Amino acid sequence: MNQMRRTFLKGTGAAGTVAVAIAAGLLKPGQVLAAEWNKEAFGAKNMADAMKNLNVAGAAESKDILIKVPDIAENGVVVPVEVTSKIPGTTSIMIFVEKNASPLVAEFELSNGAEAYISTRIKMASTSHVRVAVKAGGKAYTASKEVKVTLGGCGG
Amino acid sequence: MADGMKMRTTLQGDTADVKVLMNHIMETGTRKDAKTGKLIPAHFINHIVATLNGKTVLEAQWGPAVSKNPFLGFRIKGAKAGDKLVVNAEDNKGEKLSGEATI
Repeated sequence: MNQMRRTFLKGTGAAGTVAVAIAAGLLKPGQVLAAEWNKEAFGAKNMADAMKNLNVAGAAESKDILIKVPDIAENGVVVPVEVTSKIPGTTSIMIFVEKNASPLVAEFELSNGAEAYISTRIKMASTSHVRVAVKAGGKAYTASKEVKVTLGGCGG
Repeated sequence: MADGMKMRTTLQGDTADVKVLMNHIMETGTRKDAKTGKLIPAHFINHIVATLNGKTVLEAQWGPAVSKNPFLGFRIKGAKAGDKLVVNAEDNKGEKLSGEATI
């Protein structure tokens, strides 16, 4: 209860400051960093919770999400991932590693002409499915691909 | 301005292909220091915003599972030569990185 109250107060305080800064012309809306870091989603210890926190629980499997990952990654510290969504109106892309201690790796919001394509490199603790969820037109879609990891990339 | 980031843009037709390399440790917070046996505190980039001519094109939130010295590639449709691209990143300790490039 106490913790919830704290979070609530912190949230409203921060939003207030930003609103004042915008009103005062100090910040252009475009420059404000994304909303507060989604601690719950990134801290979630399993896929179901992580997806629920991002409002993509129950996403439909889709073949229009293309995931390019190596079949076998010798070193889990650096696993290249390329995601392309062919679903029209894709506005966000989320990358998860199902067996990582915290599955959510990254979340991307696209706007103003950014294509539904993201390329990055991620850490994988062990052999796992890399799952991608996208939001398009208010609906959620998902796809996954397995990567075999020879040497884990999290922890010592 | 261009601090801790390397950026490269290539224009293919009306689509800009952007590649960003950031210089960051991306410490997960789960590794132990080999000498002291204590956990090394988490230190990772968690916010990224990219703007083209001042308009936001990409906003990202990251966890510590993005690799060390992160790489980010994305594409912007409708970009023209001369457009100004700025990428700002911030880590969980409030340290900032930024980079800019002209397409």
